[in-house]
Amino acid sequence: MKIGVFVCQCGENIGKTVDCVGVAKSCASIPGVAVSMEYKYMCSDPGQNLVKQAIADNGLDAVVVAACSPHMHEKTFRKAANGAGINPFLVEIANIREHVSWIHDDVPSGSLKATDLIRSAVEKVKNNAPLTTIKVPVTKRALVIGGGISGIQAALDIANAGYEVVLVEKEPSIGGHMSQLSETFPTLDCSQCILTPRMVEVYQHPKIKLLTYSEVEAVDGFIGNFKVKIRKKARSVIDEDCNGCGMCIQKCPTKKKAYSEFEEGMAFRPAIYVPFPQAVPNIPVIDRSVCTFYKTGKCKICETVCGRKAIDFMQEDTILEEEIGAIVVATGFKLYKITKPEPGSPYEGYGEYGYGEYKDVIDGLQFERMASASGPTAGEMKRPSDGKEPKKIVFIQCVGSRDESKGFSYCSKICCMYTAKHAMLYKHKVHDGEAYVFYMDIRSGGKMYEEFVRRGIEEDGAKYIRGRVSRLYEENGKIIVKGEDTLAGVPITIDADMVVLATAMVAQKEAPKLAQILGIPYDKHGFMSESHPKLKPVESSSGGIFLAGAANAPKDIPESVSMASAAAAKVMILFSSDILEREPVIAQVDESTCVGCFYCQKVCAYNAVERKEIKDRNGKLIKVVAYVNEGLCQGCGTCNATCPSKSVELIGFKDEQIFAQICALNEI
Amino acid sequence: MKTGYYPGCSLEGTGKEFDISLKRVLKDLDVELEEVDDWSCCGASSAHGVNHVLSLALPARNLTQAQNQGLTNIMAPCAACYNRLLSTQSSLMKDKVVKAEVEDLLEDKINGNLEIINVIEYFQKIGVDKIIEKKKIDLSWLNVACYYGCLLVRLGDAGKFDDEEQPTSMEDIVAATGAKPIDWNFKTECCGAAHSISHTEIVESLTKKILDNAMAHDADVIVLACPMCHSNLDMRQLNIKKHHPDQKEIPVLYLTELIGMALGIDGEELGMDKHFINTRQLLDVQQQKKVRKV
Repeated sequence: MKIGVFVCQCGENIGKTVDCVGVAKSCASIPGVAVSMEYKYMCSDPGQNLVKQAIADNGLDAVVVAACSPHMHEKTFRKAANGAGINPFLVEIANIREHVSWIHDDVPSGSLKATDLIRSAVEKVKNNAPLTTIKVPVTKRALVIGGGISGIQAALDIANAGYEVVLVEKEPSIGGHMSQLSETFPTLDCSQCILTPRMVEVYQHPKIKLLTYSEVEAVDGFIGNFKVKIRKKARSVIDEDCNGCGMCIQKCPTKKKAYSEFEEGMAFRPAIYVPFPQAVPNIPVIDRSVCTFYKTGKCKICETVCGRKAIDFMQEDTILEEEIGAIVVATGFKLYKITKPEPGSPYEGYGEYGYGEYKDVIDGLQFERMASASGPTAGEMKRPSDGKEPKKIVFIQCVGSRDESKGFSYCSKICCMYTAKHAMLYKHKVHDGEAYVFYMDIRSGGKMYEEFVRRGIEEDGAKYIRGRVSRLYEENGKIIVKGEDTLAGVPITIDADMVVLATAMVAQKEAPKLAQILGIPYDKHGFMSESHPKLKPVESSSGGIFLAGAANAPKDIPESVSMASAAAAKVMILFSSDILEREPVIAQVDESTCVGCFYCQKVCAYNAVERKEIKDRNGKLIKVVAYVNEGLCQGCGTCNATCPSKSVELIGFKDEQIFAQICALNEI
Repeated sequence: MKTGYYPGCSLEGTGKEFDISLKRVLKDLDVELEEVDDWSCCGASSAHGVNHVLSLALPARNLTQAQNQGLTNIMAPCAACYNRLLSTQSSLMKDKVVKAEVEDLLEDKINGNLEIINVIEYFQKIGVDKIIEKKKIDLSWLNVACYYGCLLVRLGDAGKFDDEEQPTSMEDIVAATGAKPIDWNFKTECCGAAHSISHTEIVESLTKKILDNAMAHDADVIVLACPMCHSNLDMRQLNIKKHHPDQKEIPVLYLTELIGMALGIDGEELGMDKHFINTRQLLDVQQQKKVRKV
């Protein structure tokens, strides 16, 4: 085997700490090295030509480039070598910049280490095999999970680029939390006014298949080739036949049987309902847990009044199977409740605030509904206990958030802004009212955000008190707020008519389960993890699965929309080619020695290990062995390290290659 | 196996009636306690502000005494003793270095296996059914404000026997006596504790808030299980009256005294004559009820 060694000086970068001329000279004597040379910038055009020329002149079989990190220029040199007729996987990089020159300042020892690393790379390349990239086809159809603003944005962007989208929402309507909001910061524009046109656009888009009241049940396959099972829950109303006239809702006798989820428990809804008047689709659903018919077998009034005969009490869940190329996870968040936690919850409740027992202590979303013109009080400030207008209102920020003793380490990010908005909305509605805000810090980073908070304080007169509230209790129809003003250094007591808690944003309860179905990582709080916090913020670590919005971490609307569009762009990049090319660095099982213990399957983080039956010519089962799915394997090598019978090897990083590298380092 | 009893200094002094009533009640309930031999002061609220190792060594001595006596559990009625014994055992088992230091001082070993309980837990353990069963007097006319104080339920990392902010365990026992536990707001507010001596005026104002809130919620009596709280809530009412002539009085009983009342034990046998605020009115009504029942 004839190997060429090319030592790069990287200008001064390597040259000043490594004697490149000397190193190139001493590497020439390594067995198998046919030619060894150095150059000022090996990655430049003349440098690459030097490599190509040397390959042609000397009939080289393999190449070692001693230069910067393979992350930088491995591709460059592979391409150059390939241009000269060498398989790109017969090129190895010895990193003598990040691993040598940048971290050492002594020339003799730097040069010695560089030589060692090159010798090591030479020994590895001797065992390299020519490889070809893996090619997989791409199904150009996206799945978006979650129909809040993030999911809506991602679905519309992908669909408008001409690709089909399946949008799955677990609630009866899309819209998410944004549809519940009254006005939005920092412009105070009406949330529904800007959202509902987009919801309708989703519904009418020819490229979007909308599945509401549905949940993703299983995901198989890999990037470009997912097979997704979706459970369409029984609505008890036939989608195609219903024209949304609403007669069934009007006539349902269970008017006050259930609290409206959309109104955050501040209003009732009947058993057959649409979450809110602008719901998309405008098709009701029967809540079987409260419907008289499902309880007693009698009633069926909705069926009687439905002119379209769209009610179907016997409807069952259906399972749909979809072929999908890319997935966007946009499952959003929910608000933390201060009530006594369910067993197993990582969070504590707030006993000092009464565990949610006081009627006039509400949370941010409940305030949104109260402030909304379409809400249960038609936009008027009326406190829940007696309907009186609260003249003194206290807002408490960071309830949960940033409170380690309650199980939260993180900041929920949006509360400073929406509390400022709440204080403003209150003052706009109750001119003679007093609004107090207890805060830890005011975090108003964002375009026009700080100005918005200042407006609340200076123009609308919200009184900001820096400090925590230690206790809330009910006394004579008032909520007594005991806190501390840490700037004045005094305890403070306010007899409020109503208290609004800015409770933490937490992950959806089902988020970990969904993440497991998808095979993507999530953090200890249940938020889905991005692949890299800065450079890959919308990618999950599994190929073809992207993240958008608050499913990833607390985010406001502008950030969620940006992230959704970014995820959509990533999907479009994936869909822009018919074939997907991947590096062939994946695990491979030696079926002759595999004993089928499947330890590899247990440790695989990507669900890439499958079971393969080996049969003789008569179809008799001989044994079951592990089989690595090329599309799913990320080449991490965990199975390789785990296999007790040494039957799994990582292509391109086989044991013999690694051992040769290590042995070469010992030859000092 | 008998439960070990650690009375602590308070129950020999200002909280004498807690000790008297506890023993008297247990006699009627046919349960016995075994006092820890030659027990000594736990350091209470002072030691841990002065010397860390000493604050652990003082309670630890009592733990070793109990161990050597063959006890598997200790009941400490005083909230401070309970807290110190429990948190000492828990923190010594977590910190081997300090444990070795303390053991060196004591010339004895801590095994860390003692179950340390307070009086509420003790009655839970012997069973409230026993109270219900032996109850002789109807106390349903009595509105009771259960006061836990700031210390009893707040055990930090050492454990948790009830909700720190909204405790209800004492209410369960009060309900078993037939009296009516009320809902009020200052169950776990601080009474000022040991500041009673150095900053009496602060303790008066804190105590007044607690008393007022209990009375505003129609309490006839405040029931508690902490000698420090008792001395503040009971004794300081007289000072409060000096500054606030209109201030109404409210009797303050130990939980064990209330149980004793339900069992029909004579007030004096329960130490109810040792209070600053007269408990006679309670006993008078009780007497009338008893007569009526007969």
